[in-house]
Order: sequence, then structure tokens, then C-alpha cells
Amino acid sequence: MTASWSFALLVLGPLMAAALAFVFPRRGRGVALAAAGITAGAWVGLVREVMAGGVQIQRVGGWSAPLGIDLRADGLAVLMLMVTGLISGAVTLYSGRYFRDAHDLESAHRERYFWPLFLFLWAALNALFLSADIFNLYVTLELLGFAAVALVALAGNREALKSAMRYLFVSLAASLFYLLGVALVYGQCATVDLTLLAAKAQPGPTLWVALALMTGGLLAKAALFPLHFWLPPAHANAPAPVSALLSALVVKGAFYILLRLWFEAFHSLNTPAVAQVFGGLGAAAILWGSANALFQPRLKLLVAYSTVAQLGYLFLLFPLAAARDGGFLAWSGGLIFLAAHACAKTAMFLTAGNILHAAGHDRIKDLGGITHVPPISTFAFGLAGLSLIGLPPSSGFAGKWLLLSASLVQGQWWWVVVMLVGSLLAAAYVMRVLTRAFTRVPDATAPHPIPPVMEWTALAMAVLAVGFGLVARWPAELLRVGVPWP
Amino acid sequence: MSIHALTLLGILFSSFLTGLVIFFLKEESHRLRTWLNMLGAGLKLVLVAALLWGVHEGKDYSWSFEFLPGLQLALGADANSVLFVTLSTVLWFWTTLYAVGYLEDSPHRSRFFGFFSLCVTATTGIALSANLITFLIFYELLTVSTYPLVVHRGTPDALRGGRIYLTYTLIGGTVLLLAVAWFSRLAGPVAFKERGVIEALMATHRGELQLLFFLFVLGIGVKAAIVPLHGWLPKAMVAPAPVSSLLHAVAVVKAGAFGIVRIVYDLYGVENAAKLGLLPPLAVAASVTIIYGSVRAVFQDELKKRLAYSTVSQVSYIVLGTAILGPLATIGGLVHLVHQGIMKITLFFGAGNYAETLGIHRVSEMNGVGRRMPLTTAAFTVAALGMIGVPPLAGYVSKWYLKKGAITAGDEWVALVLAGSSLLNAAYFLPILYRAWFLAPPKTWPREHPFGKWETHWMLLAAPLVTAALVVWAGVFAESSFSPLAWVKLIAAREYGP
Repeated sequence: MTASWSFALLVLGPLMAAALAFVFPRRGRGVALAAAGITAGAWVGLVREVMAGGVQIQRVGGWSAPLGIDLRADGLAVLMLMVTGLISGAVTLYSGRYFRDAHDLESAHRERYFWPLFLFLWAALNALFLSADIFNLYVTLELLGFAAVALVALAGNREALKSAMRYLFVSLAASLFYLLGVALVYGQCATVDLTLLAAKAQPGPTLWVALALMTGGLLAKAALFPLHFWLPPAHANAPAPVSALLSALVVKGAFYILLRLWFEAFHSLNTPAVAQVFGGLGAAAILWGSANALFQPRLKLLVAYSTVAQLGYLFLLFPLAAARDGGFLAWSGGLIFLAAHACAKTAMFLTAGNILHAAGHDRIKDLGGITHVPPISTFAFGLAGLSLIGLPPSSGFAGKWLLLSASLVQGQWWWVVVMLVGSLLAAAYVMRVLTRAFTRVPDATAPHPIPPVMEWTALAMAVLAVGFGLVARWPAELLRVGVPWP
Repeated sequence: MSIHALTLLGILFSSFLTGLVIFFLKEESHRLRTWLNMLGAGLKLVLVAALLWGVHEGKDYSWSFEFLPGLQLALGADANSVLFVTLSTVLWFWTTLYAVGYLEDSPHRSRFFGFFSLCVTATTGIALSANLITFLIFYELLTVSTYPLVVHRGTPDALRGGRIYLTYTLIGGTVLLLAVAWFSRLAGPVAFKERGVIEALMATHRGELQLLFFLFVLGIGVKAAIVPLHGWLPKAMVAPAPVSSLLHAVAVVKAGAFGIVRIVYDLYGVENAAKLGLLPPLAVAASVTIIYGSVRAVFQDELKKRLAYSTVSQVSYIVLGTAILGPLATIGGLVHLVHQGIMKITLFFGAGNYAETLGIHRVSEMNGVGRRMPLTTAAFTVAALGMIGVPPLAGYVSKWYLKKGAITAGDEWVALVLAGSSLLNAAYFLPILYRAWFLAPPKTWPREHPFGKWETHWMLLAAPLVTAALVVWAGVFAESSFSPLAWVKLIAAREYGP
């Protein structure tokens, strides 16, 4: 009973809020806060059901699959919903001030559209994580993509529009690929339900093609190297809270679907060779993204390339989680890493927004003398950096430790090397920024004061990114509920 | 939660919470910050005293918390941890007092003391870690919390020193992470135990254990400044004097040396390590470091650089003692953990006083400084003589046990290394003392800063006098039951068993 309410509120709460925010543009923030409260309550109800009673399934309209639409919540879905709720909550607090601070017409205009789009994105994400069939996943993915593109364009300047356009094309093409794959699967198996597919799917040419199409599309959306090219400009040119949403959540939506496909619906096709290819691309992403982050002149670009690198770690989950020995170590490690990255990256983008606000620019080499003035932002950046580097006791460390342990248990030592090198590179690019905070500059410019709520929200996310590592046992237990592979 | 677990947590939180609060203090609240600092340091001292008594009485101290499936964050106190935690807590108290005096009127004091407190939290955490993973967590925390102190001045030089420090220590930390993860895979999430935990693996995993030991030493050796991993230490000299004391005597280098002690005695077990043939290479590395550091020290004119190379050399005495099988060498090595700490901190306090009061940074500027600052120079002299190994000071005791231990174990060449090092110690310390006491002072000092009644600020004076007194006490009363030596004998008895 509680569960069905939770399902409804998690999706409809933000959706209704989006509609309200559109109709009452001045009430955007209040509506979003209400949505945050409602989804938080619904999530608590859901997590209790899941912990107590296992996987929860909701048959919308009382029809079961393959005729009706199923909504489903297992440990993985609940974890993703939690991350979404946390990040969205932070973004709500932050944006309430962020858009209001510029006091020009343009910014009022931006705020007007930000709230409905953001809430819509939130609803799409929640729906995505609760979907139990590959067509529903398509629909939610498409909604998510549109909201995300529109949010990037919100910044309004030429660069932002250009990158939004590019993002739109990639997103549309990717969705088409995915949809084509879904059609092929339906033709072959006569169902789109994840659980039914898991039983029915047998390796064959049609399914291989279908899966290749879907995976290609999703990899582009998840910005895995070498399909990451659209991400840095899009994430760097969007307004700060939007960058946070994109890096922390939107790309993870596509990753989540990949997990559902390869570990659940089509687990019979998940061969070691495929898994190694995923891992290889992940490794390349780690190295390429980090190396690029080292040379970016602008803070937001650096943070965006760091996202490219950190997404690579998620894909190490593929070769490591498929094995019988230590598979769950890697599975929980990868997903804890996902949550860690979401929190840390939100903190970082919000901080970057703060620094941009205080200094009027985000050129890294000119940040000396400015960043040591707002120490809370420096702290937030430092703590988030700790988690990105994977230093203990942060959540980034917890995730990395589990992945490392899994690779050692399975003797796949090459991933160990990649992860360790990746950590050092992350340290190098994080330090590029932090060093500025300690540089003493004789004629330090007085910064534009940062509204406290913006500083503290960023810091709270950073503290969360670190503190979450100390209680990482809990998500690991949660993830055991309905572990998708047999 | 038992009172014992609370004691352990209290030791950590007394500085952690202080640090957090201090971060948010206004730059001007000088008095409040000082009170908080001293309160935290004092409270920690009381708790550590209670711990010392408890462990001596054989009480069991432990606390743990499962933070990842099957992985415990575990604190505990055995004789080894108590040795280190007492050393760092006592010295931290005096370093804090010294730092308050030293940094008066300089910018960013809240930031400085915040990280200062975090740094000592990490150090005590290292001391109290009951298993490898906890050790790793605090070890990395130490790296992170020290960096802002090294670069505190914000000059290009300081930033460069900081970058080098971080590069070395982060790479070391990464190697250590690999070693810890690998070891945990092999042996499970093991807790430290006297005489080691690898008994069961000895027969089957010989090669792997040897390789792992190498990785452990490589990872930890960076902080212990074993040659050739020592490069960061002389560069980190750009930091303010209290930070140098912290790096050299209280926290970083000590954490490295303590880490090696832990790995050899409580992870591998010294007898197992000997059976695996791991001790001779370690002894050679330590000996090379001892001689190399001393030779380099002779040629440094900058006082703090000379002291830095001296640290490189002296810390490896601890490693050397660890690398020789037998209770006597163990005693020599472990007791030097304390002795090197109190001697080196006195030397750095002295160097800081010269720099702060008279603007003296180089040995060649030290002519006649003993007449201008007799008390500081007296403390400096005691510590320097102790380093050389003049009886009855602290350094003599360490060297005596090391030498005796080496000869008992049949490693006579080690005695030669020690003798050579003592000669070199004399070669770089005696000229300083000669200049300070027997040469005529110049007409003006490079940059004199008047402090009124005393030769310098009273806080700057109190700290070295107390630590110098400790140097005398640790030597003269070595055989009493209230001395570092007495405690170390207890450890050795537990380590080698009946």
C-alpha cells in the first residue's frame, strides 16, 4: 500500500510541481521545495518497504506485463532515487538564490523557465529509475534528454546555444538508435519487460544487432569515451546548477539503462569479451578525461572533463561485476562510486558557480588571491576533490576500494593500475585549483560577496560526498535487494 | 560504549572538534583561538595519560565500526600505539604553544590552526589504528591536512615545496593503498597483532609476501624519508618553524617510521620477516639513508636544511633498529622514535627562535648567538649533543642499544655505520655550537625583533626549554621506570614473548 503511494508521488510529485511552476512562475522555488519534501517522504516510505519486503512492483492500472506497464523498485532503483533526491534538493536550495542574484531582466526570464524544466527533469529521472521495461525506459530517456537540452540552452549566450544544439543532435540520434534497438527486440521476443526478457532472450544475430544499437545510443548519452565530445562544452556552458544536474544525474540515467540491459534483460549476452570492451573504454575515458582536465584553462571545463574521467570508473563495473567471484563487490563498488561522484560533482559545479559569481570569471590561473577570500567555497572544493581523488574516508574511496578489491580477487590487475593512475591524475587536476587558494597575491581583488545559502549548499554536498563513505555499508546492503543477475 | 572506547574517541575528537571550530573563528579572535587550542591540547594530554596508565595495567582498549561490508574502522591501544600517541601528544602541546607565539600577527591563523589540529588528529589516529585499513585512512588524512601547513606562506617557494611534498606523499599513498588492498585480499581484513598475522601464509605465499613488504616499505618509506624517497623533506623546509617541528618530530616523518614499525612487528612479525629474508635489505636501506643524510647535512649552510638532512639520517635509526632481529635492537629503534622526536623538535624550536628573533637563517650567521640568546642556545646545545650521542643524553641511550643489538645479532657492520654516523653528526653539529658559543657576535643581527624582558617571546622560549629538559630526562633517568626506555622494554618483551 505504502509502496504504490510512493511510486505515484515520486513521479507525479515533481511532474505536478513542474506544471505549477510553469503556471505560477513566481512560485518556482516554493513549488520545488514542496516537491523535494514530497519525494523525500515518498522515498522514505519506499525504502522501508524495499528493505523489509524486497523488490516492489506496481502494476499501473492493474494490468500485468506484457500487457500493462510495470513500475518496479529494487535496491539499485532506490539508491538512484536517493541520489536524485539529494542532488535535486541541493539544486533547489542553490537555484533559489542563484538566478535571483543578477537582478536583470534576462535572469528573471531564465528563472521563469528554469523551475518547470528542472522539475520536469526530476520527474523524468524518477520515472526512469522506476521503469521496468525497455520501452518505458525509452520514453523517460527521451523526456530527460529534452529537459536537459533546454536547460543547457538556458544560459542564453552564443556558446551555450551552440553546445546545446550539439547536445540536442547527439541526444536525438542516440534516442533513435535506442528506439530502433527496442523495436528489434520486440520483434524478436514479443515483450519489452526486463524480467520477461531475461528469461526469453537467447543470443542470436537480431538481438546482437538490437543490443549494439541500444548500447551505442546509450554510450553517447552517457558520454563514454570516445563519445564524450559533446559533454565538456555542454556542461561547462550551462548555468552552475544545471551543470550539476547534468554531470551528477543526467548522464547516469543512460548508464543505469545500460546496467539494466546488460546485467538483467540480456545477461545471457554479457560475455567476457563484451565486458572487457566496456572496461577498456572506461579505462581510456579515465586517462583521457583526466589528462584533458589537467590542461583546461577554465575551472568549469576542468570539472566537466573530470566528469568524463569519472564516468570511466563506472564502466569498470562491467568486466568486474560479471564474474562470479567478487562480482557483488564490484557491483556495489561501482554504484557507491556513482553516488559519490554525483555528490562530489554537484559540490564542485556549485562551487565553480560561486567562484564565477565572486570573481566574475573562472580562469584558473587568475584565481589566486580570490579563492582564499571565500574559504567555505575552497573547503567545499577541497572536500569534493578528496572524494574525486578517492582519498579515504570519502565515499569515492569506498567505491574505489570495492572495485580494487574485486579486481584483485579476480586477478584482473590491469584495472588496478588504471584506477591508481586515475587517482593520481585526479589529484593533479584538483590540486591545480586548490593551489590557487593558497597563493598569496599582493593586490587581491575584493570579490563579489557570495550569498550564504549558495556557499553552504555546496559545502553540504561536499561534506556528504566525504561522510557518505563512512556509512557505505548501508548502500551495499540496500543493493543486495534484487541483485539483477542470477 | 565503554569508558575505554570513549577514551580512544576522546583522544581523536579533542583535536578534531577543536580544529573544526577554529576554522570558523574570525581572524581577530586571537584569545579565544589560543584558549581553544590549549584546551584541546590539554584535554588530549589528560586522556593520553589515562590511556598510558590503562595500557600499563593491561586494560583492553578497543572501538570499531563497520563502514564497508566486512571492513572495520578500528581503534585500539597496544604498547606500540601508546608509545607514539604519547610522544605526539606531549610534543603537540608544546608545539601548539610555540606556534601561537610564532605566528602572532601573521595572516590566516584560523586556517593554520585548523589544519594544525587536523594534522595531529590524523597522527593520533595513525597511532591508535588497530588494523591496516584504519591506518591507511589516517595516513592519507595526514597527507592532506599537512599540505596547507607546508604552503602556508603562499610564496612561490612555499607552493613549490608543497607541490613536491604532495607529489611524493600521494604517490607513496597510492602504493600503500595497493599494498593494503592486496594484503587484505590475501589475509583478510586483519587487525595488528604482536608477532604478526601472516603465520598461516608463510609456507604458501612466500613470494607474494616479499613483494608486498617491498610495496609497504615503498609506500610508507616516503614519509619516513628513506633514501631515495626523501626528496620532499628538505624542500618542505620552506614551511614556518612550528610546521617543520610537526613534520620532523611529531607527525609526518614519525608516522612513516611508526608505520614501518607496525608493518614489521605487528603485521608481519619480526621473526617472520627475518625468515622471509626481508630484514637485511631494509637494514641496508636504512644504513645508506643514515650515512647519506649525514653527509648531505655537513654541507648545508642553511640551518633548517642542515636539520632536515639530519632528520633524514636520524629517522632511519628507527628503521635500522626495526630491521635487526633481537630485543636489544628493537629497544634501540623504538626508543629512538621518542628520542629523535624530542631532540629534533628542540633543534627546530631553536632554529625558529633564531629566525624569528634575529633573522638568522644560516649557520654562517650564527656567530656569538649564544651570548645574545643563551637559553635558546643552551637548549639547542643539549639537543645537538644528544643527537651526536654524548652520554648521558637521550641519543646516547638509543645508539647504545642499537650498537649492542647489532653486535648481538652478528651484524657488526652496523656498528661501523653507527660510529661513522656519530662522527658525521659531530661534524655538522659541533661547528654550529662552536660558532654560537665561542665566536664574537656581529655588530648587528640580520633582522632583529625586540621582545622585551626575555631574549625572545616567552612562548617561544618555554617550548624548547621543556623539550630540552625531556632530552636530559630521557637519558639520565633511562633506567628508571618512568622513561621512554622502560616502556619500550615492555614492548620488546611483548614482541619477542617468553
